[in-house]
Amino acid sequence: MESGMDTATEKKKTTKSRSKKPAYSKEQYLEWYELMFRIRKFEERALMMYGQQKIRGFCHVYIGQEAVAAGMESAIRKEDAIVTAYRQHGTALGRGCDTNACMAELYGKKTGIVKGKGGSMHFFSAEHRYFGGNGIVGAQIPIGTGIAFAEKYKGTDNLCVTMFGDGAARQGALHESFNMAMAWKIPVLYIVENNGYAMGTSVERTSNVTELYKMGLAYDMPSEVVDGMSPEAVHEAVSRAAEHIRAGNGPYYLEIRTYRYKGHSVSDPAKYRTKEEVQQYKDRDPIKITEQTILDHKIATAEELKEIENKIKEEIKEAVKFAEESEFPDASALWEENYVQADYPFIKD
Amino acid sequence: MARKLALRDALNEAMSEEMRRDETVFLMGEEVAEYNGAYKVSKGMLDEFGPKRVIDTPIAELGFAGIGVGAAMNGLRPIVEFMTWNFAVLAFDQIVNNAAKTLSQSAGEFQCPIVFRGPSGSAGQLAQQHSQTFESWMANVPGLKVISCVDPADAKGLLKAAIRDNDPVCMMESEMMYGYEAEVPEGEYLVEIGKAAVRREGTDITLVTFNKMIFPTLEAAELLAKEGISAEVIDLRTIRPLDHKALVDSVKKTNRMVVIDESWPFAGVSAEIAYEIQKYAFDYLDAPVTRVNAADTSLPYAPTLVEAYLPNAAKIVEAAKETLYLNA
Repeated sequence: MESGMDTATEKKKTTKSRSKKPAYSKEQYLEWYELMFRIRKFEERALMMYGQQKIRGFCHVYIGQEAVAAGMESAIRKEDAIVTAYRQHGTALGRGCDTNACMAELYGKKTGIVKGKGGSMHFFSAEHRYFGGNGIVGAQIPIGTGIAFAEKYKGTDNLCVTMFGDGAARQGALHESFNMAMAWKIPVLYIVENNGYAMGTSVERTSNVTELYKMGLAYDMPSEVVDGMSPEAVHEAVSRAAEHIRAGNGPYYLEIRTYRYKGHSVSDPAKYRTKEEVQQYKDRDPIKITEQTILDHKIATAEELKEIENKIKEEIKEAVKFAEESEFPDASALWEENYVQADYPFIKD
Repeated sequence: MARKLALRDALNEAMSEEMRRDETVFLMGEEVAEYNGAYKVSKGMLDEFGPKRVIDTPIAELGFAGIGVGAAMNGLRPIVEFMTWNFAVLAFDQIVNNAAKTLSQSAGEFQCPIVFRGPSGSAGQLAQQHSQTFESWMANVPGLKVISCVDPADAKGLLKAAIRDNDPVCMMESEMMYGYEAEVPEGEYLVEIGKAAVRREGTDITLVTFNKMIFPTLEAAELLAKEGISAEVIDLRTIRPLDHKALVDSVKKTNRMVVIDESWPFAGVSAEIAYEIQKYAFDYLDAPVTRVNAADTSLPYAPTLVEAYLPNAAKIVEAAKETLYLNA
């Protein structure tokens, strides 16, 4: 991955991490810090509660990828839509979805963000323009294209951020979507969160084309590589892409190179990669680096950061308590929300 | 006042009327716009509604079905036309994993009001890949509704109801019947999804069918009548939800039933109906429910093999007589 980044063609613009001077306001840095810290603590706690069997099913955590959610959210509007895959707790929290409701969803409680019906893979919130939370690898790519299609149809200048992993980039749905999005100038921002591994299979083992941004070039789609360990870099690239899209120029594609510290899911010990490789990324940890930037440039004091951390730790603790104390859904909820039609005649024998 | 309309024109009226009524309705699919539809169902619609609302897609069923799902989740009412349901197999991920599950997995945060439509079933000597029926495939999935009807008047009213429905609907038509003409009422009307129609009243035996199998079934009823047997013919029109009550009510009257179903026998519509009848009309049955399906094989090309594969009036009459214990 790293060598690929260096040898990429001149067509590619790489948004570098860590600008020399802090280019953003104190509020912005603290907002990034707070969101990334919230996601990290939420995920750590989710893993812990999974270990205690309070959380079941599949559970894919976002630890290491927090800068993508942070840099993206600060560069788009609340009215814009987002759709993503199943490693999605961080994306939902980035949207502003309630921490309590998200934690309760992991517990399968009726106070969960989708009433305990979705679990770890399926958070949705119409209020936050968050379209999920999708479990079929790559299926959200045409869906996000369609969400964006509807924005254009309705005449807004909103866009839809359509996120997927490097595994999904090998699905045919990507090519069909890229093709139609370009042909119809659909306002969609495609983001591949390239964390290097489709479950246990490295990007290099899935194709001879290992630089995923190049797949956009086949459709003449503006495509860039972005350092996903830096909220600044993500913010800059997403801002540039959003401007291009809102001007009516059609889609844009960002390959955001990131890394997950944990396995694919809670049941994956990730033996397919070396300790050194993981450490290499942990050395560039987005939260630590942002903290460094904030302190080095005296954007805020260590005490101010501590205050944020304490607030978040309290928030997560509270979310766990909320989830623990909430009820599971009643059995009758099984028959709800299958059809909009209120009197749908289910077969019950 | 009624006038005669071909099925394709009745479907065209349904879509056009709904598009005039609701700006969020649009049509997309292969050849629907400039070519006027592979089977001319959308003839003239591009001229009336323009390329924003009548959209030619590339040959990418998975992709455009998914775009339809996303658009439906975000406030539009797409009509996605498949040139045939055989090609929709490429889009089943979007229909089954997304359209059908949007409401449940989002616990009602998002709805998916979309219509997937196109022809289903055999259409002459089109061989294995272009001759399949998909009613029972789609009807197996909670979250979906499935309509299968070739009567022009009913198909029009059902399609209009499907477009207004807030749940995803799969509509199965028929290549062979697009030119079939019958009376269609003037003016605005809807046909309720989930209700069967009695096409012929009878007292001795109930023949249940749907889509184009209505024709050999009515022909069989006519042949039976000549032998003094009064057959009641029910056209399901909707497969999911199935109109169980209409079927049970009919069997209570006739005490016998044959299901005529162009799909394969295993775990199909006919099997579901037989289950319902043995469960809810057991005491009224004078004979086991039987069925006439397509053969449990792929459909080859040669005309003799097509003939052997499909239900026809003779096979239906034979099944009816078996049910009446009249076979020698």
